[in-house]
Amino acid sequence: MHTLACPDCDLLQVLPEVPPGGRARCARCDRTLVSRSTDPLDRPLALTIAALLVLIIANAAPLMGLSAVGRHASTTIIGGAYSMWLDGQQITAAIVAFCAVIAPAGFVLFTLSVLLGARRDPVPAWVADMLRWAEHMRPWSMVEVMMLGILVALIKIAELAKVTPGIGMYAVGALMLLIPAIIVSFDPDEVWQRIQWADPEAAPRAGDDPATAASR
Amino acid sequence: MTDEVLTAAQSGLIACEDCGLLSQSASADLPGFCPRCGAELRSRRDGSIERTWALVIAAAICYVPANVLPVLGTTTLGSTEYDTIMGGVVFLYTSGSWPLALIVLIASVMVPLGKLVALGYLLITVQRGSIKSNRERTRLYRLVEFIGRWSMLDVFVDTFTVALVQLQPLMSVQPGAGVVFFAAVVVLTMIAAESFDPRLIWDASAAQES
Repeated sequence: MHTLACPDCDLLQVLPEVPPGGRARCARCDRTLVSRSTDPLDRPLALTIAALLVLIIANAAPLMGLSAVGRHASTTIIGGAYSMWLDGQQITAAIVAFCAVIAPAGFVLFTLSVLLGARRDPVPAWVADMLRWAEHMRPWSMVEVMMLGILVALIKIAELAKVTPGIGMYAVGALMLLIPAIIVSFDPDEVWQRIQWADPEAAPRAGDDPATAASR
Repeated sequence: MTDEVLTAAQSGLIACEDCGLLSQSASADLPGFCPRCGAELRSRRDGSIERTWALVIAAAICYVPANVLPVLGTTTLGSTEYDTIMGGVVFLYTSGSWPLALIVLIASVMVPLGKLVALGYLLITVQRGSIKSNRERTRLYRLVEFIGRWSMLDVFVDTFTVALVQLQPLMSVQPGAGVVFFAAVVVLTMIAAESFDPRLIWDASAAQES
């Protein structure tokens, strides 16, 4: 049993122990409060390492190629942002680079450091900052939106010239599945419950309700 | 609704926005830091209403040039043709791929407009202290938060079209002035959704009960 407040409506509620694989929703606004994973640390770690490898391929390999009148052109993700930059759209180029490269890479790397740090006991305090950064990167990591964008561009250009999908595009497709899989299998509560407290004096002793404490 | 409804704020508790830990705040004005994860504690997001309004208005201003100015220019043998976002949708429709035209229409035209209207509606109802359909309004907020990123679709389409179609002097594509405004609408509405605090929707009901 532990007490918590809903992040969306602030309602205080006492939750019974949620079994692995189980979920609890807010009684008032329906927001998911707890979603326990069956394997909260090892499975996301395996998926994160896979995502890191796929991320490197997605950024290094060409996304698609174009052939017309005996000429061939191809582009990578960052090459797309760079051509925007060269055409005088520096701000757009920066936004594209952030949402397509920096935020996904940041999310994967910060999550990787969280999952590696969480293997120690107690979980070191720096993991809190890594977890916060991973959360900040998450909404801006738009791999699935980019994938759809690549497909639409491919179909548009196919009207004009012969286009061929590259290895990078398949890697983006794989990354599009891996990132949500990491999010679903990873349970941050697992880390928060074992983390070394920022204020060691306020840390709960055995028998206390671990969810409530006095702030400094 | 049951009579056993109590929020953290009413009981002098603050839930950490990062790790979820409930803390007893020493004083309401200076809540301090979360003892577990070290994040700054705040009962509600700072200046939520004002900040969200400012971002929504800025996004609404950018929405006009985003739709009026061209996002792509296609140069074929010296003559250049410009396309707006709607022009791109029409191109996809006439070239036979109506499902794609529909996806781009929803992601690029309807979602940004819908987000602006939805956030404006949430802000006005919160400012008026409405206690009606709190659940639905919270759901609307979550929808806005979830769907916002998909508007970036057209920016990615334009980026990869520009990067690939560079067959000078035969044919080349350049970005138009509208792209940056369009990207700005998406970024501003995403930050607006992040700065809006959904707990404000429920605070009016709490104030009325006590």
